[in-house]
Amino acid sequence: MTAPKPQQRDVERNSEGVDVMSDVVVPARAPWSAVIAAGRSLTITDLGGNQAVDFLVYDAHDTAVRYSAPDTIQAQGNIYLSTESVLMSNEHTRLMTVTADTCGRHDTLGGACSKESNTLRYGHHTWSQHACVDNFLAEGAKHGLGKRDLVSNVNWFMNVPVEADGTLGIVDGRSAPGLSVTLRAETDVLVLVSNCPQINNPCNGFDPTPVRMTVR
Amino acid sequence: MTTATTHGARDHARAQDGTEVEAMPRIPAPDGAVWAETVAGGNYTHKVLARGTEVRFTDLEGDACAHVLLYVADRPFERLNVADTVKVLWNAYPGAGHLLLSDQGRVLASVLAADVPVETVCGTSTLARNTARYGDGSPHGASPAGRELLKLAAAKNGLAPRDLPPSISFFKGVRVDPDDGRLTFENSSRPGASITLRAEMPLIVLVANTAHPVDPRPDYACTPLDVLARPGTPTRPDDPLWNSTPEARRAFLNTADHLTARGIA
Ligand SMILES: [Zn+2]
Repeated sequence: MTAPKPQQRDVERNSEGVDVMSDVVVPARAPWSAVIAAGRSLTITDLGGNQAVDFLVYDAHDTAVRYSAPDTIQAQGNIYLSTESVLMSNEHTRLMTVTADTCGRHDTLGGACSKESNTLRYGHHTWSQHACVDNFLAEGAKHGLGKRDLVSNVNWFMNVPVEADGTLGIVDGRSAPGLSVTLRAETDVLVLVSNCPQINNPCNGFDPTPVRMTVR
Repeated sequence: MTTATTHGARDHARAQDGTEVEAMPRIPAPDGAVWAETVAGGNYTHKVLARGTEVRFTDLEGDACAHVLLYVADRPFERLNVADTVKVLWNAYPGAGHLLLSDQGRVLASVLAADVPVETVCGTSTLARNTARYGDGSPHGASPAGRELLKLAAAKNGLAPRDLPPSISFFKGVRVDPDDGRLTFENSSRPGASITLRAEMPLIVLVANTAHPVDPRPDYACTPLDVLARPGTPTRPDDPLWNSTPEARRAFLNTADHLTARGIA
């Protein structure tokens, strides 16, 4: 079985008549990456509904400066991301800002699924299943990134409540077909994405589906 | 004592022998310990520990905050993964009986005892944020940033800034509002509060003792941290911790599988 390839269309105007830099449908289970210049925006659209999009962002000119979940949470005093949230770096600088969000709430705590953590969460029978960390490693290698460069990521469209006693878990999603989140690059950034292939929890409604990446 | 000559300077330096201060490593560690050190507020330390070692962190005066990173000693690209730790445990506030996990589905350390929960949400402070809040975040200044201190501790173990993932901290707490996700800071410590870890793999331990990044007090505050480690035995299958949850059992099995294959179980 060959891995699905993202369908890249470099078009000037998309089907809605909007001028775009690039407009891509990332197949279910696949990775994607792009360098996005300061001032440009990325819209991530959940085409099928309740599809977790695992997301890391790096300073395009110094990838040691990368998304930091703790710095992002410190800066806004809240674990959830939505409109006006700023994705902060590990040096507490601004990487991207959420400028629009029709879903309403996104996760910063759950990190990426991996073959290794799947053995803990579900059992060793899951070892042959694909996982987000493998997408990050495969796609990141195209940009010179390796295992040391993977840190806690954003999970767009993933629902992770925290109870009063600290109990936390990935539960049924709040997203739906066509909901989207838009991010403006505050500096030149490299975005690394895994369209999550997880089938053992509800983060993808147990059915991974394609997502759309539109850079304007 | 003159220091105008080499012999005078040597006598001057040697006259310091035996000086005792509060914040210093005690070498040799007393009473069979393998690491005995008091870390000043705004300072850092690091150690390589054998599997099985029990290391206790104590907040001596009530305002310590230990920012901690763990790596497997001879393969530091396997390291603490805070997201996996909270997700696999199903808990954002780990305490006694919980495990600190690597990105490879293995146990780096178990929490044997904890007077306060491990803080997993807010990471550590940065040069930029401490400079904005206190006027300085440099490691030699009066309000050092945790990340700057951890960079130094990492460098002394051959590790670079890109080897620093989100860290955990001990003694100050943060609670998440179950309804809207907002944070509340909890000054949860007290003099004498402690957390004890057991190394389940050979570990590099990096520690920065500096104010919690969302400590709301306008003035920087951080008091000494005591660290005391003793040799011990790693968790075995007959320990209740091994079977405490299905996830813990599989994490210990993964760890044993890896160490057995390497011949160092
Ligand atoms: Zn995933």
